[in-house]
Amino acid sequence: MTVDPKPATADIHDPHAKADKVDFSPSLGDEVKYTTCYMCACRCGIRVYMKDGKVRYIQGNKNHPINKGVLCAKGSSGIMQHYSPARLSKPLKRVGPRGSGEFEEIEWDEAMDIATKRLKKIRETDPSKLAFFTGRDQSQATTGWWSSMFGTPNYAAHGGFCSVNMAAAGLYSIGGAFWEFGEPDWGLTKYFMMFGMAEDHDSNPIKIGLGKLKKRGAKFVSVNPIRTGYSAIADEWVGIRPGTDGLFVMALMHELLKAGKIDQQYIVRYTNAPWLVIQDEGASDHGMFARDDEGDPLVWSTKDEALKPSTDITTTPALKGEYTLADGRTAVPSFQLVAERYLDEQYAPDAVAETCGLKADDIRRIAAELAHVAFEEEIELDIKWVDWAGRRQDKMIGRPVSFHAMRGISAHSNGFHTCRAIHVLQMFLGSVEVPGGFRIKAPFPKPIPPTNKPTGKVDHVKPGTHLPGMALGFPTEPADLLLKDDGSAVRIDKAYTWEHPLASHGLMHMVIHNAWKGDPYKIDTLMLFMANMSWNSSMNTSKVIEMLTDKDEDGEYKIPNIIYSDAYYSEMVPYADLILPDTTYLERFDCISLLDRPISSPHSAADAIRYPIVEPDRDVRGFQGVLLDLGARLGLPGMVNDDGSAKYPGGYPDYIANHERQPGVGLLAGWRLQDEDGDHMDCRGPANPNQLEKYLENESFWHHEFLPEHTYYKMANKGYLEWAHELGCVVTKTQIVFHMYSEILQSFKLAGEGHGEHQPPEEHRERIATYFDPLPIWYQPLEETLTDLDEYPLHALTQRPMHMYHSWGSQNAWLRQITNQNRMYIARKLGREKDIKDDDWIWITSPHGRIKAQVKLMDGVNANTVWTWNAIGKRAGAWNLDKDAPEAKKGFLLNHLISELLPARGDGYRYSNSDPVTGQAAWFDLRVKIEKCNADEVEESWPQFEPTAKPPHMVDAPDILRYGEEFKPGKKAKNAKDAKNGGSK
Amino acid sequence: MTSLPQSTNKRLGLVIDLDTCVGCHACATNCKEWNTGGHMAPLTDQNPYGKDPDGVWFNRVHSFEVDRGDGPGVTINFPRSCMHCDNAACVTVCPTGASYKRAEDGIVLVNTDKCIGCKLCSWACPYGAREFDEDEGVMKKCTLCIDRIYNETLDIEDRQPACVLTCPVGARHYGDFNDPNSNVSKLVAERAGRPLMPELGYNPTNRYLPPRARRVDAENIGAQSRLDPVSPRKGFLSWVDNALSR
Repeated sequence: MTVDPKPATADIHDPHAKADKVDFSPSLGDEVKYTTCYMCACRCGIRVYMKDGKVRYIQGNKNHPINKGVLCAKGSSGIMQHYSPARLSKPLKRVGPRGSGEFEEIEWDEAMDIATKRLKKIRETDPSKLAFFTGRDQSQATTGWWSSMFGTPNYAAHGGFCSVNMAAAGLYSIGGAFWEFGEPDWGLTKYFMMFGMAEDHDSNPIKIGLGKLKKRGAKFVSVNPIRTGYSAIADEWVGIRPGTDGLFVMALMHELLKAGKIDQQYIVRYTNAPWLVIQDEGASDHGMFARDDEGDPLVWSTKDEALKPSTDITTTPALKGEYTLADGRTAVPSFQLVAERYLDEQYAPDAVAETCGLKADDIRRIAAELAHVAFEEEIELDIKWVDWAGRRQDKMIGRPVSFHAMRGISAHSNGFHTCRAIHVLQMFLGSVEVPGGFRIKAPFPKPIPPTNKPTGKVDHVKPGTHLPGMALGFPTEPADLLLKDDGSAVRIDKAYTWEHPLASHGLMHMVIHNAWKGDPYKIDTLMLFMANMSWNSSMNTSKVIEMLTDKDEDGEYKIPNIIYSDAYYSEMVPYADLILPDTTYLERFDCISLLDRPISSPHSAADAIRYPIVEPDRDVRGFQGVLLDLGARLGLPGMVNDDGSAKYPGGYPDYIANHERQPGVGLLAGWRLQDEDGDHMDCRGPANPNQLEKYLENESFWHHEFLPEHTYYKMANKGYLEWAHELGCVVTKTQIVFHMYSEILQSFKLAGEGHGEHQPPEEHRERIATYFDPLPIWYQPLEETLTDLDEYPLHALTQRPMHMYHSWGSQNAWLRQITNQNRMYIARKLGREKDIKDDDWIWITSPHGRIKAQVKLMDGVNANTVWTWNAIGKRAGAWNLDKDAPEAKKGFLLNHLISELLPARGDGYRYSNSDPVTGQAAWFDLRVKIEKCNADEVEESWPQFEPTAKPPHMVDAPDILRYGEEFKPGKKAKNAKDAKNGGSK
Repeated sequence: MTSLPQSTNKRLGLVIDLDTCVGCHACATNCKEWNTGGHMAPLTDQNPYGKDPDGVWFNRVHSFEVDRGDGPGVTINFPRSCMHCDNAACVTVCPTGASYKRAEDGIVLVNTDKCIGCKLCSWACPYGAREFDEDEGVMKKCTLCIDRIYNETLDIEDRQPACVLTCPVGARHYGDFNDPNSNVSKLVAERAGRPLMPELGYNPTNRYLPPRARRVDAENIGAQSRLDPVSPRKGFLSWVDNALSR
């Protein structure tokens, strides 16, 4: 880095420079404040420079563990988000029909009264009549707890339509996940394969990592039907056919097995590959693990020629062979079943190549490359460590191949199994939690799966009563499903039913449909936070808008009451009855908790806060504080004292510092109290009333770096597990054994096959027996199997641009200058076939509906795939944009083409358009056809919607923005005219 | 017309690595937020919420595809800002002396007090790096963050252009091209950094590092192109070692 001294302009003959009075050292302002970005899900640390009460500049915090000083396009545009003219300014009560946007402003007291009365009645009669779903919520540890205290099982955030396949497949396999819960060992990996990612949750860490990786010369392979963003800088772009990644991965597994290129020591030690699986076709425990009396799974120890418990470290467990159990039955190591499965010729590269749209030679080559790097370029770190059993290890062995995967895997109805296949491939290569491999971020890995089960069983949901635990959790057997006595769903979204048993994030995409239909039952109030469910966050947008406004015979809305909290005038606002206006991210408290989705890294634990950098200039309140206030008014447990007074009179910050989830465990791990003297300690300790001050002193985050000997092999690392146990992340200090073979899935399969106390009804049996395979399977995405593929030959996908991924509202004045119209991107070759040229308008038709859009041709896209940027299209009138904004007139949503239900099967039943294991929304299973518009058709996107009315007192959006003119150093801007309509003031 | 310095003490500029740029636009928006309150403030936006939003940006990123005829083609993300040319035509065409190149460090600036908004400089610039502020009626452009790089109120490591500090992939580098030992000179030497359109003769200071050769073939990383299967005649899973310790 070059550091230049002050220029010696005076000594140099430079009349032009002398004439121009440059101020080289302008002050950045009065103070620098540190908080956490909220422009996407990444949660970077930011330094906010304040000048004269306004935000001068937002920079990445170089001390912050997530972003280390860098900041993305979204974070750098935070000023425009904060000063957006689309901000709501006061609570609103709907006065016109839903959707009209006719509201009257009311005081907070009245708003809270309205909400309290309604919710009180619900809680006193049937708490499940409240459905509370959140969108880009970063406080799920709080919103989830609140709903549990309310007593409704109907809670989830938006994971069900985003990432649950990644989360569940990971948590049921390796106790961690891709998603944002793990990352490649950027500093050491030599071969990195990325599946289905354009930009992601872990926005800046991935970019920082890719930069490191390219600098070191590691090979980077991107598997993605579309070559943009990260794929653009990959050494190799594998332009796979959407939805076939699982098959490709299984072909890689096939090649490795055929060549014996498996890290046998790793799978013996760290996975359940040697555990013996009962082979007794037709028996109720067929396919389950053979266990001893203590419940410990058995292995066959070749040294002892005996059955031994898997935890016995003196054994030499067999990976193949047939062994006789004490009861005379046969069992085989699960690895033998794995090998039999994937050695089958149906997984040979030649057999899968055409389906995947790849060359068999390329699949063989990539398998050879993976094996080469894993085994010929093994890493040895000179770090001594102690394993879970107390055995000293002299070195840390690393296999420097790593994987990461996200949306392109997640958003298919076969995504759970595909993701699990990638995890099994990682196990084959011995590359999870090792130097150079894929590493899991603290507080993961957790037990497989995490030990909290979903609550909301029939006897849990009672008037005036809280749930015994959190609504969302991880079932391990059919008995854990949430079913009523008649077999119907407990939850409005039908999560944890036989239709999607492992729906650990709920199914937000089904809530409006089910509530409208009254299936499984009618609700009273739908409460949403930061979720644009009448627009880009719903499948079947046009119909969802009808559902939100549909009335029954009595003239009442079918969804009787909708409460919504948002900071901006999003498309959802006009469809709610009561609006609780939220603050911007620079005006609020928040905590980024280890109990939630932490900002930890593989080598450290971390959490953080947001705090108000700027006081709101509107009558708005942070939603979490409003929730706590509502909770106190409703008298919810944990939110009131014995005398009925509010437990957290100081609002959200009071709660952040003083609330304890378990004794000694609160939302923030840093600077808790140790003893009565007031000494501090981290992780576990009594609440510290001054905790937030400590965070502020430390730039709003806490960071605990692990010792080098604790940073790898965390699933089997004694020192790490003891720390995690102390923190409460793991229940015991014993090893977390990876599930190559999933006995949990097998237990559901057996139920489907007619075994056990809890069995699916006849109509769901085959589905359960098929999709609950203990080993990863590949199947054609469900919607494709019910679609005429000759009629609809193309796959249709969406991505979000890097400068908008997970950002809330593309009304941002700077970001929308980068992208304000999305195009339908199609392969150049396809364009030639269809006589479609750049800028032509086309109709895109699915079995469900059609839309009109403008085309851009490109080369870097799978020939059978069309795609567009998601969530650029806006409804006219929303976000305080001009009604003729390109977002509304030319932008479009693909959502109109996607149904939330699959086509009917034989008996007429329609499942949700979701993964049958997890309920993950299958956005990317969509099939379409395209045709060129007629020359006389109007050049604007379709469908178009009536512009929504502007809420009262929303400012006029300025027609010129001179943000920053007041900060200009030295001199005033030349000829600056007065800002019109408030301008940048 | 405005004269250029014979030579400059330093040649400050940027190296931009096209091998790692993912086209995320972080440099563009961070530049915008810094500079809209900086030396050339404001970077005015016209119709920011309207039908045709159009603002002043000193740094823009273009993404496009190139088919080099030797494979499946590549997608290139290409950030573009002022090149601070040695032979800056935007300066020599300036009728008022508003546009000038600093003898000290080679940075090309606009003195807005002298700018009459004639736009000759934007016609002269082959890189499209000039940005006219319709509202003020003056030309604006990248200052190489002249109010950061010498700014004594900032920590030393922060005295770099905003685009460089914010770049998440580390694709942007700042330094003195007159110093053969500077990071930028070394990068250019190591990676065959090249100017944009040198044939035009403006001798731009900024350099682009071309994408590294893409390693698709197995031999690039010393691997075989396919694995040798263990002979099935040896039996099922013959290669399995059943005696590994737990």
